[in-house]
Amino acid sequence: MTEEMIDAGRLDDLLRAIVNGHRCQPGQLVQILREAQDALGYLPASALTAIARALALPRAQVEGVAGFYSFFHLAPVGRYRVLFSDNITDRMLGSAELLERLCNKLWIERGKVSEDGLVSVDTTSCTGMCDQGPALLVNGRAMTRMSAERIDRISELIRTQLPLADWPPEFALVEDNIRRRDTLLGAEWPAGEALRAAIARGAEAMLGEMKLSNLRGRGGAGFTTAIKWESARRAACHGEQGIRYVVCNADEGDPGAFMDRSVLESDPHRVLEGMAIAAYAVGAHTGYLYVRAEYPLAVKRLKLAIKQAERLGVLGHNILETGFDFHVEVRLGAGAFVCGEETALIASIQGGRGNPRPRPPFPAERGLWNSPTLINNVETFANIPTILRKGADWFASIGTEKSKGTKVFALAGAIRNTGLVEVPMGITLREIVYDIGGGIPGDRTLKAVQTGGPSGGCIPAEHIDLPVDYETLNKLGSIMGSGGMIIIDDSACMVDVARFFMEFCMTESCGKCVPCRAGTVQIHNLLTKIARGEASLEDLDRLEKLSNMVKRSSLCGLGQSAPNPVLSTLRYFRDEYLAHVVEHRCPAGVCKIAAEGEVIR
Amino acid sequence: MSPDVSVKTLVIDGRDVGATGEQTILEVAREHGIRIPTLCHLEGLMPAGACRMCLVEVVGSNKLLPACVTKVSEGMEVRTHTPELLELRRMTLELLFAERNHICSVCVSNGHCQLQSLAGEHGIDHIRFPYQYPRLQVDTTHPRYGMDPNRCVLCGRCVRVCAEVEGAHTWDLMGRGAGTLVTAELRTPWGLAQTCTSCGKCVQVCPTGALFDKGRAVAEMEKRREFVPAILAGRDEEEELVP
Repeated sequence: MTEEMIDAGRLDDLLRAIVNGHRCQPGQLVQILREAQDALGYLPASALTAIARALALPRAQVEGVAGFYSFFHLAPVGRYRVLFSDNITDRMLGSAELLERLCNKLWIERGKVSEDGLVSVDTTSCTGMCDQGPALLVNGRAMTRMSAERIDRISELIRTQLPLADWPPEFALVEDNIRRRDTLLGAEWPAGEALRAAIARGAEAMLGEMKLSNLRGRGGAGFTTAIKWESARRAACHGEQGIRYVVCNADEGDPGAFMDRSVLESDPHRVLEGMAIAAYAVGAHTGYLYVRAEYPLAVKRLKLAIKQAERLGVLGHNILETGFDFHVEVRLGAGAFVCGEETALIASIQGGRGNPRPRPPFPAERGLWNSPTLINNVETFANIPTILRKGADWFASIGTEKSKGTKVFALAGAIRNTGLVEVPMGITLREIVYDIGGGIPGDRTLKAVQTGGPSGGCIPAEHIDLPVDYETLNKLGSIMGSGGMIIIDDSACMVDVARFFMEFCMTESCGKCVPCRAGTVQIHNLLTKIARGEASLEDLDRLEKLSNMVKRSSLCGLGQSAPNPVLSTLRYFRDEYLAHVVEHRCPAGVCKIAAEGEVIR
Repeated sequence: MSPDVSVKTLVIDGRDVGATGEQTILEVAREHGIRIPTLCHLEGLMPAGACRMCLVEVVGSNKLLPACVTKVSEGMEVRTHTPELLELRRMTLELLFAERNHICSVCVSNGHCQLQSLAGEHGIDHIRFPYQYPRLQVDTTHPRYGMDPNRCVLCGRCVRVCAEVEGAHTWDLMGRGAGTLVTAELRTPWGLAQTCTSCGKCVQVCPTGALFDKGRAVAEMEKRREFVPAILAGRDEEEELVP
């Protein structure tokens, strides 16, 4: 449907119905815009005006929100919107060539809508299908394992305008590819048992148990979970009296990470139970599950799981007849990586632009609508029921001294068995890559393992016998992160790898603080200059200084960690940088080195 | 929650100072004549913590903290001018100069610009990064004012003063990252924006020449900030513009 086809009166009625469906709450703005776009194809100015009026919000604010998220379109888009997942693993599998092939077949230019308004083709940040790439989204629906044949078939399907629902189902097949299960992915017992036990023991005893378990957040930084819980429980209510919230961060966006997607798709009840237990411990009665829009299947299964859990009496009113209420709502993102940062996530749930704010105050003290808010990652919540069912001592017996339990990693890139592996903390990278992952395909050799996505770093092959735990990875200049692990073989150029991640951070920067907004652009410029063989040793020095500056002065975690891939490759692969700068050559033969006087666009 | 009025003592740059628990490091520093440079901050508007000019070192914290939003605490030891901080501020300014078009000699605000005076204060005589010069459309549709996004540093003061003080919320930020733009509602030309009251507050709080009175020639655009109450008290102006 386009704007011309729908008259003003009908537009108003349609939007009013959507807004009323969300009880006219301005906090639902992101959700309302999503639904309006689903109905209209894009968000014309008239729709934004009508939504602003219905919610009594300034038009500029509504438009500012719509303009922030990459999945909102303010101008008409193709009836078929094809978005290629842009990750280094997709690139390794040839997604750039496939994109070009599709554009040629359809006679269109990348990023532009065809003249008949039928189709547009572009890229989007990694869609979390790295183990079954190259992947793409067609009108939000994930399509995996693309090949030249499949691309040709898709171009035919689009030209014949076959409805998406009638497309071959094998194109949209999403596998969970779990290669190794342990206590988390292998847990099998009915939902509600751990919750019942937890409520019987009381909140204080539960906090004690959590402290003993020494569980650390699985989302990235590795903050001790019990400390977060305790501060959320004890924090004074600055918002409405007595109101606290529990939020599950499922805005998994690291290129190369798909653990949370798989956990949500395969075992949503475990996550919901973990949230309910946390809610009981901190005294919350409302929870939000913030899921990235790229995961429609996970959203569908979650919504179903919530209904089932409510019917079973383990969620909703009077849980397990104990008088404890806990309601969970699913909130969808709209294509903004920064919303995985907890203060940006809060802003997004409240219906705003996903701009982070300085911490402190931490969300545990002032979060959603100024109330104490506990935010944990999907995998963290999924661990809770197991800990409470089997006991903190049992949990703490797995792993290393400071990193307890198991961790799920997503293996992608140059490895035989791509997919998820759940391993005890402290296992070596060698065991993960060779014993479980089956090693490097072909006659290639391992060069590095990239962990922690755009916030992490590249661990060189010589360190693969070190244990995988929070401290060791930090010492190596990387981070545990959420669990993305991209295996890099000797066909890759490390300058190119660093440049990919910097491009990602530059695209995903919210633009609020200067170091991240302008600094990532300049770092990317410098890396491009190096990749072309046009940089000087001075540029290399500048790159290092600027990287440290962005790390030190950015406002949020995105900016503070954005230079990590650059700094870690400079640390371990300086010789590759020097080869580009001094010898004007790319050792891996990946980068296009400019000839004298040549301009590469 | 009642405001925290308890007295805190802390040390800023080696000086013992007293404050109440609700005050920020920046407020206390200014009360005691200790200068911390700011750009996105303007007393009387909600602090943003975005420009990172006011970052200070607090002993015991491994992160640098923005003075404009960080509350004081008992026994805190703050350093505002370490060599590291000076270098970071200098680089932040350089990034701003390289990001858009800040050629002072042809700017209406030449000589009355906060970005310019900060550059002077930090001894910036050259920029180490290539200029981006993104050719952005100038909006002169408003009968009295003009908007040149090429001079904009995205501090958001215009957005905040319009929403918080005037209550019009005509301005907001569009897009994200380096492509962020301050736009009048629904990307309409400013002159057509229905909610704009033409009060001119945005023009007056703008630290650079991005928002200006029409008809001003180079270096003629002096800003008056007196309508924001805290500024009326006469505190901010000399803090902001260091000669």
